[in-house]
Amino acid sequence: MQKGYRLAMLLVAILPLALGVPSLAQDEVTINWWHIQTETSQAAYWQSLADAYMAENPNVTIEITILENNAFKERLAPIMQAGDPPDLFQSWGGAVLWKFADNGLMRNIAPELEGEWKDSFAAQAALELFGQNGEYYGVPWDWGAVGMFYNKALFEEAGLDPEKPPQTWTELLDAVQTLKDAGITPITLGEGEKWPGHFWWVYLALRLGGGEAFLAAYDRSGSFADAPFVQAGEYLKQLIDLDPFDDGFLGLTWPDSAGVFGNGEAAMLLMGQWAPGAQAQYSESGEGLAEGVMGWFPFPAVEGGAGNPGDALGGGNGFVIGANAPDETIDFLKYITTAEAQLAGSEIWLLPVVKGVDEAFEDDPIMQAIVEARDAAPYSQLYYDQFLPPAVGEAVNDAVETIFAGMATPEEAAQAIEDIASFELQ
Amino acid sequence: MSGYRFRILPTPYEQAARAKQRSQLSKALTVTLFALPGMMVFTLFLLIPIIQSSYISLYRWDGFGPLTEFVGLGNYDRLLNHSVFQASVSHSFLIMLLSLAVQLPMALGLALLVGRGNLRGKGLFRTVLFVPYVFSEVITALIWRYVLYPQSDGMVNTVLGTFIPGFEAIEWLADRNLVLYSLFAVLTWKYFGFYMILYMAGLQNVPKDLEDAARVDGATEPQVLRQITLPLLGSTIRLTVFLSVLGSFQQFVLAWVLTNEGGPANASQLIATYLYKFGIQQWWLGYGSAVAVVLFGITLLFSLGYQRIIMRQDYAISRD
Repeated sequence: MQKGYRLAMLLVAILPLALGVPSLAQDEVTINWWHIQTETSQAAYWQSLADAYMAENPNVTIEITILENNAFKERLAPIMQAGDPPDLFQSWGGAVLWKFADNGLMRNIAPELEGEWKDSFAAQAALELFGQNGEYYGVPWDWGAVGMFYNKALFEEAGLDPEKPPQTWTELLDAVQTLKDAGITPITLGEGEKWPGHFWWVYLALRLGGGEAFLAAYDRSGSFADAPFVQAGEYLKQLIDLDPFDDGFLGLTWPDSAGVFGNGEAAMLLMGQWAPGAQAQYSESGEGLAEGVMGWFPFPAVEGGAGNPGDALGGGNGFVIGANAPDETIDFLKYITTAEAQLAGSEIWLLPVVKGVDEAFEDDPIMQAIVEARDAAPYSQLYYDQFLPPAVGEAVNDAVETIFAGMATPEEAAQAIEDIASFELQ
Repeated sequence: MSGYRFRILPTPYEQAARAKQRSQLSKALTVTLFALPGMMVFTLFLLIPIIQSSYISLYRWDGFGPLTEFVGLGNYDRLLNHSVFQASVSHSFLIMLLSLAVQLPMALGLALLVGRGNLRGKGLFRTVLFVPYVFSEVITALIWRYVLYPQSDGMVNTVLGTFIPGFEAIEWLADRNLVLYSLFAVLTWKYFGFYMILYMAGLQNVPKDLEDAARVDGATEPQVLRQITLPLLGSTIRLTVFLSVLGSFQQFVLAWVLTNEGGPANASQLIATYLYKFGIQQWWLGYGSAVAVVLFGITLLFSLGYQRIIMRQDYAISRD
């Protein structure tokens, strides 16, 4: 046994030499992989893909580091600044990724991506966020849209029609008032982390000014102090004045508010496609809302706004490849974005980005609705705090928080963002 | 060249001088050898970073690539005019003043009680009161996030709600006007044990017979405390004030975790958390360095001044 094994190893080692090709294929390589899926079933999903790949490729060892979202961002920045990127890691694309690439920290996978692999992606727009100037540094594996999750039981309790959720901003404000009158917390919000609140303001800006207003502010032909961004604050203030959020929402975190929603203690939650998994995980029972209680509707249209009501704020998760990653990393990335792998992911609420996964979410109307909204959106707005450089993204989050806290007027908040943007965007 | 070689023999006087020189040399060598590791660490991890930070603070730099965009004192200009920075400095001062006014006297009182008094179970109290100091700062902050949870099912709110009829939940960490005091309460809980132990150690050095003599002379207990115990505890008190002030200015971990990065809306931003949020997180390393230099300046001025003026006598005593 031992002898045979040794002989086999010897053959394996000698054969490529004899054939005159380098023995790259059998070199022991280690892939360092950082992901942020702390949720149990999703972490297990990645682990199972890594295990399967390692079984097929015994020379590859995949070392997984799981970091919580914020911890990940804070640990990644200094490591990148030190010039030592992980081999494979989480990214949302956009300015942050491009910055890494401009400093030679990312590996261009355009040659490997070209052709069959690239064509396999259904969400081409999502793919574009992971590259620039004809280069690609990684691919998305999940792509969704932010929308309103709501509790049908609580809607019914307040006398609202659970099958006819609000479609316009006015209807939303009315629904909020009705829920409040019925003694139900209309909306849960983990504003302590700031980004959950920025969804509200960005969506309003998107409805009021469309993609054009944002792109103009971004390329500096416009400004974040322009009318749509000020109006977004004014509309948001209409909502805030109704006092629709949890007690102490300025101090709550996203898991806190996911728990509130999963416990059925608040009627609405403006969040991305990861909310169904999170509301189950952070609820007291660990199960979340009962089957059929949760519903989803797109962010309401704003009367008279310049934006198309179908425009979607959203984004996806992707994995990108560090400059010093071994070749096998690309092969592994290809492996985890196959239709089979993506289909398996859809069972735990990951939204596939490749073709050939039609059977995903067959019996999950919520995820179906999100996928439809995502695919039908005339304009897709990536989260500001990922698309913009970190300082501007932070400025948006901070400014919106001051509106929620009642510390700044809509004009002041928009101006605060513009102050940083005029300094950072050139 | 002749075959003679001359050698001047040293006189006894010269020999002695040389021996002295040698011993001086070996003394210098010893000093150097002993000081070297310390000096190296000091230079490598303190001196060089300070110089580096001062240098970087003159640039606009996101941490990637070389320093190219020289902005002179531009970062300092932005910084001193940023309302959030101004607020952060005043928050740090408030925490410092509260520490001096509340935390230290409380620690002293408890030290007298469990170190001196006739309390039963002194040892137990001593241990229990010291326990918070042993916890890591992150764990402390996470525990207290639950205790001070801003909704009615938070621990403190539940307890208060049980005893006070019609009690409305207080948003301990979510109320902008309250969050600094909540933070201070947790800081006090965490650190008073440390000062208490220092005071207890100091009390050991207060001779009991002096206090007894005062009592024999008819001094009341408050008089003994004021005239004998506290003056003799002076050096410890001066030391704790020093540590407390510096600790307040450098406080980061507990404040950062407990208040969700200085929130809500920067209402609990301290100088160090401001540095991290606006310098490191936003990739403004030049700007962050400017904050670091300002913080360094404040603490350096304070330490030098305090040691020169207030703690001078303590050094003089310890040399005798």
